Amino acid sequence: MNLATRERAVPAVETFGLTKRYGATVALSGCTIAVPQGSICALVGPNGAGKTTLLRLLAGLSRPSGGRVEVFGQQPAQDPGFLTDVGFLAQEIPLWRRFSAADHLDVGAHLNTRWDRDGAEDRLRQLSIPLDRPVGNLSGGQRAQVALGLALAKQPRLLLLDEPVAALDPLARRHFLSMLTEAVAGWDLTVVISSHLIGDLERVCDHLVLLSASRPQLCGGIDQLMAAHKVLTGSRRVVTGSVEGTHAVIDAHHTPRQTTLVVRGEGPVLDPDWDVSEIGLEELILAYMAQDGPPGVGDQLNAVGGQR
Amino acid sequence: MISFRIDSHSGVPPYLQVVQQVRQALRVGVLQVGDQLPTVREVVAAVAINPNTVLKAYRDLEREGLVEGRPGQGTFVKGLPPGPPPQTHTGLARSLSRWVASARQAGLDDEAIEALVHSTLRETRGAGVA
Repeated sequence: MNLATRERAVPAVETFGLTKRYGATVALSGCTIAVPQGSICALVGPNGAGKTTLLRLLAGLSRPSGGRVEVFGQQPAQDPGFLTDVGFLAQEIPLWRRFSAADHLDVGAHLNTRWDRDGAEDRLRQLSIPLDRPVGNLSGGQRAQVALGLALAKQPRLLLLDEPVAALDPLARRHFLSMLTEAVAGWDLTVVISSHLIGDLERVCDHLVLLSASRPQLCGGIDQLMAAHKVLTGSRRVVTGSVEGTHAVIDAHHTPRQTTLVVRGEGPVLDPDWDVSEIGLEELILAYMAQDGPPGVGDQLNAVGGQR
Repeated sequence: MISFRIDSHSGVPPYLQVVQQVRQALRVGVLQVGDQLPTVREVVAAVAINPNTVLKAYRDLEREGLVEGRPGQGTFVKGLPPGPPPQTHTGLARSLSRWVASARQAGLDDEAIEALVHSTLRETRGAGVA
């Protein structure tokens, strides 16, 4: 695995002004993002922000109403050439309840040209998952692990996961995530994972796409995004637009005495009355979720993460 | 071989936690020159963090001259971090615990002691630079 060569490669996912409407409802609008190969990308945002819509477009399960979507430079479609490289795990873990994990692995072997049955069995055995019992009799955590094992058996280049860990207990979540990260360490795999569990995302993800009100508000490498934002605390005052012309105000909170800002910008804040601190991922995400896509955020979006 | 602990809520980025834990293991002698670090795959399987995080940490350690990557073999300890030997730490730890005891006796709680340590570190750092 070589990070430098990966970063030069064509992005795993790239969208340009991607839009999806269902009748009069706009589910996704003007979505321009890129996800570099080899990254684990967190897809976050309020419920109904368009996360599942985006994942389905990437998987080729629905077609754009406007704009463009490319996965490894190719348009997603329900044809074998595309689907060999892409795995999709829907929220409502799709397994046949009366079939065992071993049965599922047999079926997968018939349906897929590339199928690492041994690897999948090893992974599930490591987690002590009974391979011969109907998956309907397994716990929710075990079922999720079986589903991930099946998705990985395909050895996809892109794996799309729609809130896979939401219903799992902490230990099952940890096992699920270590199975995932081990796969990413094992071959050239890119992952896009939607979740509300920011603590988990902070551990495993190195890239972030934040959707709010059907639009992307943030897209970039998590390190770069964190470095580009600060939290300022100071005595209460009115701040409009920016601080010192260099730091755009993303979010502001006031108490009778104090003002707290989340700002975006390079370089130092000069006014010594501001207490400057680093931002946490959760704070950053909440600050952007709180706003409903003011004009201009789309422009800033492209400045972070070293992408087009 | 050492294992890592990653605390998601510490506020310290995971890659830095890996770097610090390797440095600490070298300082106290848990790791010695020639020892192998766990592979990226072993680390992520054990603690479920991003593989690129481990790579970044190992690259940082390599840049510091503490480890070296041997193609096809893994990452091995090459040198020790600068600084005094472990005995010095032991001596300083003794005098520090005497100081902490007197601070407690004076009525400072842990939070006040930490705040005092941090502000002292900050001030003396400033004095050193100026």
